[in-house]
Amino acid sequence: MNFAVTEEQGLIREAARSWLAATATSAAVRRAMESKCGYDEPAWKTAAGDFGWAATAIPEVHGGLGLGMVELAILQEEIGRTLFPSPFEATVCLAANVLLASDDERQKRKCLPAIASGDLTATLACSEPGGSIDPTSCETRYVPEGGGFRLNGVKRHVVDGDRADLLLVTARGEKGVSLFAVAGDTPGLRRTWLPTMDQTRRQAEIVFDDVRLGADALVGEEGSALTPVRTALDRAAILIAAAQVGAAERCLDMTVAYAKERVQFGRSIASFQAVKHACADMLLLVESARSAAYYAACIADDGATGDVLARAASLAKAYCSEAYFACAGEAIQLHGGVGFTWEFDVHLYFKNAHATEKYLGTPVWHRERVARLIGLGEEAA
Amino acid sequence: MNLAFTPQEEGFRAEVAGWMSAHLAGDFAPLRNRGGPGDEHAYFELRHEWERHMGEAGWTCVGWPRAHGGRGASLGEQVIFHEEYARAGGPGRVGHIGEGLAGPTIIAFGTEVQKRRFLPPIVKGEELWCQGYSEPSAGSDLANVRTRATRINGKWSITGQKIWTSLAHVADWCFVLARTEEGSSGHKGLSYLLVPMKQASIEVRPIRQMTGTSEFNEVFFDEALTDEANIVGAPGEGWKVAMGTLAFERGASTLGQQMAFRNQLGEIVAVAKRNGAAKDPVIRQRLADAWIGLEVMRANALRMLSGADKPELGREALIGKLYWATWHRSLGKLAMDVLGPEAEIVAEAPYGLTALQQLFLFTRADTIYAGTNEIQRNIIAERALGMPKEQRG
Repeated sequence: MNFAVTEEQGLIREAARSWLAATATSAAVRRAMESKCGYDEPAWKTAAGDFGWAATAIPEVHGGLGLGMVELAILQEEIGRTLFPSPFEATVCLAANVLLASDDERQKRKCLPAIASGDLTATLACSEPGGSIDPTSCETRYVPEGGGFRLNGVKRHVVDGDRADLLLVTARGEKGVSLFAVAGDTPGLRRTWLPTMDQTRRQAEIVFDDVRLGADALVGEEGSALTPVRTALDRAAILIAAAQVGAAERCLDMTVAYAKERVQFGRSIASFQAVKHACADMLLLVESARSAAYYAACIADDGATGDVLARAASLAKAYCSEAYFACAGEAIQLHGGVGFTWEFDVHLYFKNAHATEKYLGTPVWHRERVARLIGLGEEAA
Repeated sequence: MNLAFTPQEEGFRAEVAGWMSAHLAGDFAPLRNRGGPGDEHAYFELRHEWERHMGEAGWTCVGWPRAHGGRGASLGEQVIFHEEYARAGGPGRVGHIGEGLAGPTIIAFGTEVQKRRFLPPIVKGEELWCQGYSEPSAGSDLANVRTRATRINGKWSITGQKIWTSLAHVADWCFVLARTEEGSSGHKGLSYLLVPMKQASIEVRPIRQMTGTSEFNEVFFDEALTDEANIVGAPGEGWKVAMGTLAFERGASTLGQQMAFRNQLGEIVAVAKRNGAAKDPVIRQRLADAWIGLEVMRANALRMLSGADKPELGREALIGKLYWATWHRSLGKLAMDVLGPEAEIVAEAPYGLTALQQLFLFTRADTIYAGTNEIQRNIIAERALGMPKEQRG
């Protein structure tokens, strides 16, 4: 065992960090988040295709680099640090993971090489109005029809749901919850962008109104979606946690830099113990969040599934979400008045902290799951 | 980066577990899960016997280099050793100050003669140590040490008072931070002396704590003597050596401490299931939060130890004390909240506390000793974040 980054992992981090520092500047992030598409397409092509970010954890047999969750976590941490808006989370963290967790070799051969090359964007359409991320609560329905399937229902809070080329959709049929690969331009499909407080991450509502799919849209066997979807959600939760680490650290760095510059009462406010102690508490949260996210990524890389993976994902997501929110909130406080302005970047992180906290299970949801997994039994009815 | 154990390490795990189950039995059976923080008086003599027993079998100082009598265990093996020791209910170690603090300091800064004299009895579990740092006027401001030592006839003669000294009443030796340059102040003019405790000119007075028990002592030195060779580092270099010792507090033994925490959390979870508190949604959240906090603490420690070969102390090392102390203090309160009204009833008159009550009260010391939370935050802000240093009077 060795819980330190390898030389190769260090190089991945350095390359991503320096490119993002130059590319995902504050101005560029703001331009992208206010654009129609929501991200900088050429920059995404460079990162996903030329740098191989999208290929990172896809096996070599499917055109990927065959690396793992730790490498994805490193990229996510660096993406989170700059809030670089991109399809990485939906395509790589969610969609690729659900395909990888399925046992459908045909779909893997069909979709993964295009994801790996950066040519195909995708997402997982699982959550529904009400916001539960548990795929067993799926109310979108399908019925077999003419050798294919017909879908009806509503998906909500689908990240990149309005723009992804490919949707991986959960739906319930007589044989249980199944997974379908649906092209984004399929007739009968209504995709509506949901404007969000955090403009760096896009959400959409997707209405399936008698959407007709061919037999080849099915991923895996009918009724077999729960396991791969749960695995993918847990792996994605770990990767969201990793992004939260980078973003939380950026909050700390901005705050310390500002505190050292800002002079009141004739001295830098960084010399006041009240400010130092608040920053020390932020650092404790940032470093502990880093440990939590990479610990969970290592457990995922060990091939964990089921309860073991769920426990690791919940600890990382609960801890990192709260650490990030605390750091972002403290960053506003310690910046004082300018922290409340649109001009300074602090509010972008605060909003992102809130958005990512709510996404893929709130800390309360994850702690309740941990409570069951550590043997506390069921809650009182 | 990987957390998986090799087959060889798993073999080592089986060896530790096998030894523990075979030996923490018979006469030693009463020691299971005893002697932790707040319970340090329990079965003291038998625990010292256990320490010697472990020493004979080579299970003390597992992380020390072989050249100094240790087992030379790798990081993975140290993790496994501490996990299996706690899983088996291994008792609180009486030799931990020697193994964790005095020994590593002597290995790092001591002379060959000192290594030959002092290391083997630590490894064998024969000699116990205590730490003479804090004084009534040198708490957070440790450099304000007033205990004086002067050289007379080939001996150091030590006069002064130390306080908050764990195990002083049973220790054979104490490492004492004393002022050896008259008129010096602050970090300068201090020396690091090894002083035998069993002499008439040293008086140990127990401090009765809020727990009703006395884990800590006051120690009065009235021209106490030690051989002039028993100085670690040069005269006047005591501060540097003392800070080195504090760095060893961040070693692999933190993993052992965490395993003790795990047992405590396990007991609280068991109580919650027995008395129905586990059904309460708020208690469930807090228990889950405590579990998460402990796993994160372990991950922090593994990161710190994985980077231990680097010269500079990582940020994850600087947060260790603030993190565990704060977590543990919250655990004590959670234990009481799980117990509800029963939390108030002590085990026996007049003031015999249950283990969880000891946990609740004793953890109020955790955020004070070995650097208060406030001092820890200053250290983090100044060393990790480069913020301006506190003004010193």
